[in-house]
Amino acid sequence: MKFLCIDCDAQMSYEERREPGDGTFAAAFACPRCGRRIAMLANPMETQLVSALGVQIGGRVLDGQPMELARTLVDGRADAFADEGRAGVERALPSRPAWSVDAVARLARVPGFVRGMVKRIYTEYAAERGIAEITPAVMDRARVELGLEGM
Amino acid sequence: MSFRTYHEVTGEDRSRLLAQVVAQRTRVTERLRAVDRLVAIVSGKGGVGKSWITAGLARSLASRARVGVLDADLQGPTAARLLGARGPLDVEADGVQPALTAAGVRVMSTDLLLAEGAPFRARDDLAERFTRRGLVETGVLREFLSDVAWGPLDLLLADLPPGAHALEDLAELVPTLTGALVVTIPSEESRRAVARTMRRALDCRVRILGVVENMSGYECEGCGRVGPLFAGTAGAELAAAFGVPLLARIPFLAAAPGVRDDRCTALAASLMDAVS
Repeated sequence: MKFLCIDCDAQMSYEERREPGDGTFAAAFACPRCGRRIAMLANPMETQLVSALGVQIGGRVLDGQPMELARTLVDGRADAFADEGRAGVERALPSRPAWSVDAVARLARVPGFVRGMVKRIYTEYAAERGIAEITPAVMDRARVELGLEGM
Repeated sequence: MSFRTYHEVTGEDRSRLLAQVVAQRTRVTERLRAVDRLVAIVSGKGGVGKSWITAGLARSLASRARVGVLDADLQGPTAARLLGARGPLDVEADGVQPALTAAGVRVMSTDLLLAEGAPFRARDDLAERFTRRGLVETGVLREFLSDVAWGPLDLLLADLPPGAHALEDLAELVPTLTGALVVTIPSEESRRAVARTMRRALDCRVRILGVVENMSGYECEGCGRVGPLFAGTAGAELAAAFGVPLLARIPFLAAAPGVRDDRCTALAASLMDAVS
């Protein structure tokens, strides 16, 4: 997918992606010549369609976790994977928070050998506070409150 | 106002979606390098005993070969239970470790991921789900192939759901698929349904290794005598029509899973001969 600034006849550059709410996925692009910025908004169905392909708009920073699609899209049991349930905490949680697209992208930047542990920490933090969706803002709050610099 | 075409705009697609899809396929290929043979257990009809045959084959071969079972029946998984596989699944840097049964069979199944009695469904269960169902199912099948640390295997058996769609997906994801073992029951209805799947297998350039006629009579648990169960000779007819061997005719026996696995021993030997 490419975006073209018609006035400049120039390909617009991808800038960032966000999930502003109600399942909407937003990707921002800017013209490198005139600076005009646009946002592509995808509705929840379109967002899920892309997610179901196992690809990420804007490109992947790092490979995802093993079986990322099965973990994020399929309504599975909380203790299916030992890295998520080993502490026994998630089994006791009333509901498992969802991960926003941006939060998953940010988690992907965490080195693979600690990613499972980091994910569990954020998940427990959100679940214990009744947060339904983990976003980068939630991750920032958790970092401050739990002293997780660098995660 | 005129627009240039996608390819005339020469800048890189930052998302590189095609490259991401290619990378997914590459991971499948790399993972399966250590798997000598991948055999699909297929049928055009449900309830013919594909999973039972798969489990029996795996247990029969486990003592002399490194065997894995990939339960591709995502909506109705049964192979894990038949083999006694249990979770939770360990996740390591190399991938998700498959469940290991007492017999030494490595197993991956949605039965290990879903809550007891829960259906296979998307977490965000939005409307118009038919638009995504196929993508999700194919994606999970791909992850079962690429993200499970199968390790070196002599044989990976893929237990497929009824029909040809999963075989099409598997053949697309794994062009080096060794072949398909076809399961039928003797009835004419089964012959007609299974023939369609066999035809589709050939369309997809999948080698048909042979036919197994399951429930080929009823075996008395007491005296061992085999009596009639279904009318028909679908196994022999399908084998003749497609020019492939009828590898086994297995009578129905009211026994628990794992009991009398010896009934799959001959089939296991025939299968290994067929793929050697």
